[in-house]
Amino acid sequence: MSTVIANNLTKKFGPFTATDSITFQVERGEIFGFLGANGAGKTTAIRMLCGLLRPSSGEAQVAGYDVYRQADKIKERIGYMSQKFSLYEDLSIRENIKFYGGIYGLSRPVIKEKTQHIIEELQLENVVDKLVGSLPLGWKQRLAFSVALVHDPEVVFLDEPTGGVDPLTRRQFWEMIYAAAARGTTIFITTHYMDEAEYCNRVSIMVDGKIQALDTPTGLKKSFGVDSMDGVFQILARGTSTKG
Amino acid sequence: MSAIVIDNISKDYAGVSAIKNIAFTVEPGELFGLIGPDGAGKTTLFKILVTLMLPNQGQATILGQDLVKDYRALRKRIGYMPGKFSLYPDLSIEENLNFFASVFGTTLEKNYDLIKDIYQQIEPFKKRRAGQLSGGMKQKLALCCSLIHKPEALFLDEPTTGVDAVSRKEFWEMLAQLQQHGLTILVSTPYMDEADRCDRIALIQEGSIMGVDTPHGIASRFPLPLFAVKSADMYRLLQDLRAAPFAQSCFTFGEYLHLAGIDAQLEPVEISNYLQSHRHQQVDIKPISAGIEDSFMYLMSNKHD
Amino acid sequence: MNRFFVFVRKEFYHILRDRRTLLILFGIPLAQVLLFGFALTNEIKDARIAILDQDKSVYSKEIGNRLLSSGYFKLAGYLQSPKQLEAIFRKGQIKLALVFPPGFSDDWQHGKKTQIQILADASEQNTAIALNGYASAIIQDFAANATGGSRPMSIEIASRMVFNPNLKGAFVFVPGVMAMVLLLVSAMMTSITLAREKETGTMEVLFVSPLNQIQIILGKVIPYLVLSFINGCVILLLGVFVLGMPMAGNLILLLAETLLFIFLSLSIGIFISSITNSQVVAMFMSLMILLMPTIFLSGFIFPIESMPVFLQYFSNIIPAKYFINIVKGIMIKGIGLSYLIRETLILLGMAALFILLSLRNLKTRVS
Repeated sequence: MSTVIANNLTKKFGPFTATDSITFQVERGEIFGFLGANGAGKTTAIRMLCGLLRPSSGEAQVAGYDVYRQADKIKERIGYMSQKFSLYEDLSIRENIKFYGGIYGLSRPVIKEKTQHIIEELQLENVVDKLVGSLPLGWKQRLAFSVALVHDPEVVFLDEPTGGVDPLTRRQFWEMIYAAAARGTTIFITTHYMDEAEYCNRVSIMVDGKIQALDTPTGLKKSFGVDSMDGVFQILARGTSTKG
Repeated sequence: MSAIVIDNISKDYAGVSAIKNIAFTVEPGELFGLIGPDGAGKTTLFKILVTLMLPNQGQATILGQDLVKDYRALRKRIGYMPGKFSLYPDLSIEENLNFFASVFGTTLEKNYDLIKDIYQQIEPFKKRRAGQLSGGMKQKLALCCSLIHKPEALFLDEPTTGVDAVSRKEFWEMLAQLQQHGLTILVSTPYMDEADRCDRIALIQEGSIMGVDTPHGIASRFPLPLFAVKSADMYRLLQDLRAAPFAQSCFTFGEYLHLAGIDAQLEPVEISNYLQSHRHQQVDIKPISAGIEDSFMYLMSNKHD
Repeated sequence: MNRFFVFVRKEFYHILRDRRTLLILFGIPLAQVLLFGFALTNEIKDARIAILDQDKSVYSKEIGNRLLSSGYFKLAGYLQSPKQLEAIFRKGQIKLALVFPPGFSDDWQHGKKTQIQILADASEQNTAIALNGYASAIIQDFAANATGGSRPMSIEIASRMVFNPNLKGAFVFVPGVMAMVLLLVSAMMTSITLAREKETGTMEVLFVSPLNQIQIILGKVIPYLVLSFINGCVILLLGVFVLGMPMAGNLILLLAETLLFIFLSLSIGIFISSITNSQVVAMFMSLMILLMPTIFLSGFIFPIESMPVFLQYFSNIIPAKYFINIVKGIMIKGIGLSYLIRETLILLGMAALFILLSLRNLKTRVS
């Protein structure tokens, strides 16, 4: 069964329709790019899928659980990371991992093992007891991703996770995403970097609350007759930039 | 005479160096890009150049005037757009513009033709409060506010960060048009692809300049052979290429991987043979010339040697 | 359940690592307990009194000594004539005056009716009532014991409440509340304004513009000045027409001093705003630095003379103390600028100080 299913999912705030009847399915281990301009309805959609916002109508299931009635179960099976969310700056790396492991109900030995694993993978041996606030941005981003995965979620939602980071770190980050996807974690990612859209298995582009395109990057480029995802985006999203 | 001359400027905060020995020039009427990720020192340098902060060392000459001694006069001649757009969210578009105009002793009407092309795009919403505008509109408004007093040099600190791709593109088109009015523009951005839109660029990383040249000049300095490679299984391709004896580096670049060879002798056929032996299907290899991002990463990795 | 405890533990980390939170949690309660326990008291001690002894007998001296050794009173001086009484009360130098009529001891020894007059400064009517009570009790006690109980000799005590014959509470209340409201509202309003500009980032753009710091500060102060002044006038009107406060003195002087106090409050607010980048911190600081000390140490609720000496010195830097004296002086005592010149200059000086400090913090360049 698909890990994320949305069927005519809609959210209205009073007269304003933020998300308008979106429909898609994401398979296990897929890297799914969720693109669109700011205000296109992406954040609202993600919030509904994470169980944070109750939809106005339509259906959605994440990791087999219904977003209306089993939102709390969903939260146990998903991970979340955004550019704004970072780890707690005044806690150390180890304390952050312990904390997030703890609230997801991992036992102490498991947390210990995970901590060891993360430290080795990111080469943080020297700084494991330093406060996260003292780390460079690139390290924080990769660490935040690892922590989002600490409880082995089925789906990870990434909200513009690579903003402002140098190109080298950005790629290292994407390699971590690839590795996670290869292990079977479904990745749901939004980004402003059009080249990152190319790394996705499939991409959807939202405009004014609706999904205007959904296909593989290659398929989209062919449909719109352009040779880059940036070109696809320019064609689709152009109409909205002149509105308020 | 150069419009902006930066001479060995350094700045540190509480003993930690933010920028070190920054030196480059910007010619009049040039669109110059300062390219680098967060934390590289772009904002620190900008704050010094717009006279908000004093450097610890070094000097600079802007529009022929000394940065430190003539700062009062300079403030009337330069325009500044800080990150986050710095507008008054509870004032309307019109009120924001009129405020900044009067602070500089001018009016909207006087300098209208300079901002006309930009302002017309947001004029229908002029009574709307700035806090309720989309990212793209805030960008345009902030740009108008920084131009309202007809500056000779414009300093824009990360004006495209956090804004969607379409607005970003439009913004650079607006900047190109402003150049035609004779404006010298210094822009900072973390987006490598925007570097190609500049006349010349400086790459900055961890407080130092890694290179100053035209975008083409920087890219052409890339010393190794570069190939775009793709196959049916990209993830495995990446790992296999990295392990290859002829590979200096291999990075993801959207649809393709960029493979840099250790020496100039590397030929596509050698790569293709290697990949076949690793059972890759639908292999596609083509030689390419380096882009800014390739160069940036190469310079970054070599800095640490 | 375990995840809950994990969360609690994290919160402990945050708190223990944040000095500001620790200060609030431990520092402030400690200070309050100490203040309330040791320093702030409703009891009156060492109230300044003057004695007009027109009798100059053993008995009048004895009564005077008893009062002075009771701990409630401290001698400000001996007066020579009744004419000095009015002036000394107007100057606010004493809280109580004891007047022995000529021939007091003669009359008393001969069993004739005698009278001692007590005048109390009732512009603080609680203090006046209390002091009057203490003094009366001491005198009556003396009278009862002096005769050894054999022949009751009573001394009649004529009390007069100066400035506030009807002992209206509003007389203390209104000036105190006015000071508090103006200080709090003005200072709080301005304290967040600069911090807000810094938070939205517009501060930088202003700095780079031709506006200089003085223009920026004054530009921020003036609208709040106008609004606070209207506020202050409303309070005055309510005080006079609804609560019955007198208006014995010069209205223009009162309004001018009110303006000065508002200006001082605003400059304190600007100063607070210039030392922090966060609106929330600014607001919190203005509450802590202004509200608490003003309530406790301005003399509004707790008499300053009864506090330990170090707190009395400390109360000298509380602006509200001077303003309250000014308002009471003008409205209740009807005195003019010549009597209030000291307080006025102090307020002016404080305002200038805070403006200068703010200018220093708002350098439009950082080195």
